[in-house]
Amino acid sequence: MKLSFSAQDEAFRQEVAGWLQANLTGEFAQLKFRGGPGDEHMFQAERQQWERKLAQGGWTCVGWPKQYGGRGCSIEQQVIFFEEYARAGGPGRVGHIGEGLAGPTIIAFGTDAQKQKYLPGIVAGTELWCQGYSEPGAGSDLANVKTRARFDAQKNKWLLNGQKVWTSLAHEADYIFVIARTDPESSAHKGLGFFLLKMDQPGITVRPIQQITGTCEFNEVFFDDAECAADDIVGKPGDGWKVAMGLLGFERGVSTLGQQMQFQNELNEIIAVAKQNGADKNPVLRQRIAKAHAELKIMRYNSLRMLSGQSGSDGSLQKEALIYKLFWATWHRDLGELAMDVMGPESQILEAEPYQLNRLQALYLFTRSDTIYGGTNQIQRNIIAERGLGMPKEPRG
Amino acid sequence: MHFAFTDEQIMIRDSAESFLMEVSTSQAVRAAMATDTGYDPDLWRSICRDLGWQSTLIPEAHGGLGLGIVELVALQEQMGRFLLCSPFYATVCFGITSLLVAGTESQQAEYLPKINAGMTATLAFAGAASAHHGGQWDAAAVDAVYEHHGDHFILNGTLKYVVDGASSELLIIAARRTASVGNDGISLFIVPASTAGIVRQQQPTMDQTRKQADIVLHNLHVPESALMGAEGKAGPQLQQILNLATVALAAEQLGGAQTVLDMAVAYTKERVQFGRSIASFQAIKHKAADMMTRVEVARSGVYYAACVAQEALEAAQGRPAPLAAELPEAASIAKSYCSDTYFKNAGDALQMYGGVGFTWEYDVHLHFKRAKASEHYLGNGAWHRERLAQIVLDNRNGAAA
Repeated sequence: MKLSFSAQDEAFRQEVAGWLQANLTGEFAQLKFRGGPGDEHMFQAERQQWERKLAQGGWTCVGWPKQYGGRGCSIEQQVIFFEEYARAGGPGRVGHIGEGLAGPTIIAFGTDAQKQKYLPGIVAGTELWCQGYSEPGAGSDLANVKTRARFDAQKNKWLLNGQKVWTSLAHEADYIFVIARTDPESSAHKGLGFFLLKMDQPGITVRPIQQITGTCEFNEVFFDDAECAADDIVGKPGDGWKVAMGLLGFERGVSTLGQQMQFQNELNEIIAVAKQNGADKNPVLRQRIAKAHAELKIMRYNSLRMLSGQSGSDGSLQKEALIYKLFWATWHRDLGELAMDVMGPESQILEAEPYQLNRLQALYLFTRSDTIYGGTNQIQRNIIAERGLGMPKEPRG
Repeated sequence: MHFAFTDEQIMIRDSAESFLMEVSTSQAVRAAMATDTGYDPDLWRSICRDLGWQSTLIPEAHGGLGLGIVELVALQEQMGRFLLCSPFYATVCFGITSLLVAGTESQQAEYLPKINAGMTATLAFAGAASAHHGGQWDAAAVDAVYEHHGDHFILNGTLKYVVDGASSELLIIAARRTASVGNDGISLFIVPASTAGIVRQQQPTMDQTRKQADIVLHNLHVPESALMGAEGKAGPQLQQILNLATVALAAEQLGGAQTVLDMAVAYTKERVQFGRSIASFQAIKHKAADMMTRVEVARSGVYYAACVAQEALEAAQGRPAPLAAELPEAASIAKSYCSDTYFKNAGDALQMYGGVGFTWEYDVHLHFKRAKASEHYLGNGAWHRERLAQIVLDNRNGAAA
């Protein structure tokens, strides 16, 4: 058991930090620390430019194999990249759904043609993706998807009908990956397909959802005979659930280190406010700040444990990975509350009309979503109890 | 970077687990806690002779195994799981760490082989301030006093909450030069517990699995050869010893927190009400999920602190160790989180057991009591968080706190 990185990895750290220092400047300087959770609607066009800049430097898809245009970085190097990126204030990545979800799925389950068609745009930072999973009737019960996919032999295309919801980036994305029911008689996770669709087509309508922050980061997406080419289904009809769940296995937690560095930036901002307004002398707030600090530090080592350990032979998550979502989401939500309590009554005064929040106010409101999306805290607890502790499964209606 | 046990460390952990499963049964724990010393001397002899756990940290030059804090933590976690009643914690986490951090070469040469052969030891440091609201557990809390007279020292005072204080054969005593304050003027002395002038008063404790004593010094005469390190300069070393012992205690708490989770899950799977196992109710499952979350987070915190503590120990022996300075912070992170975790998990387990959890017959109360005892010993969660607040908000290094 050893915490320090090798000299080679430390040299890599210097390389990443040096590139960012040299390039996150000029027109991009305004993007520092922007576009994170609660701030994702800001500087969209500029952040797309930045994504291309990263690509030119070879800093997109760093963990992908070289044959698909990635950098082929080791786990340690990926950790270092995401840490240094966040430390430098690298802006929220508009390409993260392509790089983290769509791309790895296509690499694992896609055909050669799909790889050639879709991976280069992700690596180049020119093509953005969004994820079509949740529906009005398929939230926690994700397998209850009602969106249908029917193969039209005449057109030689799949036609999709239905609705997705909570689709981040749908208004900016070039492509969407969708799970839809290929067998209309099927239920739950059987009879689903995994489809890749172009967003810019008459059959797709995007309607933004205004959220608690007043801003619109996610959307409803409507499919009315939306078209998907015959060879743009990943896996076979009926394999959709397997492909969709395969995504979870790819996320071993490397990018969580970068997320934590953002958390550290937020905590640092709260500490700066506390020192400035005297909250740092309040014994109750001192306890809460210290607790946030301690748990964030442990979060880092929990992630390093996830990365250093072995997953089960069946691809099942280790215990420290099973608990991770519940832990960070709850921690982050608490951090939002801490931010408000450190600011005190001043937390109620906005920056400006119309409803312009400062970053800590946005943090407070936005983090309410952390314990809901990607599996609510309650669903996480079911998963932990059932898979981690072998307690009986929930009865299904 | 490899943040997982090596194969050798896994072997140490697993063999400890199977050994303790055999010997530290509920019956054995209950028998041991009813004795005066609080442990079974035959079992301790067998641990020393057959397993050599007491030698973990002792350098090979002194006949030990020359292993580190990570291995120690792996053992501590298992001992916490099985509530082992033994002088291990006092002897190794206080006695040996004191000798390694502060002992002179001749003291190490004299005492390490003796401990290797099964001699027990402990550290007496806490003064009246440790009993104040919230407790005070750093070096500055030392209030026993010494005076230097020619070729010897004379010590007076009362040292509280000394773990295994009534049974240990060897005492390391922290005292301060009369009228000194804070970290200044502190010295450590190593003396046989049978020395005239030492009165040991076993205290009846709520947690019966670990004994505590008050040690009263009446004009205790100590030769200069018993002084550890430079006179009056041992404050930082004492702090270092306490930080190391704090990490080890956190590991033990982690083990206990794991056990009460395992016990509660097993019990709720068996217990049937309303025609189903109560483990099938979300009210129970979600409580168990929270317990497991705390345990896994605690484990990450303990292993992190163990790596840092190992580096600190290496730095104390003059080897390069970049993370060594992080020890006060890492110790407080681990101890604050594990203190809360063990107690909450023990309380939740008791609730999940229901009525039988409230009985003397079931083992939950042993953990429920041990959890509270360990929480308050060496500083509870709030005390350690305040130490962290001083690092984060006041730019004070915990080592000097």
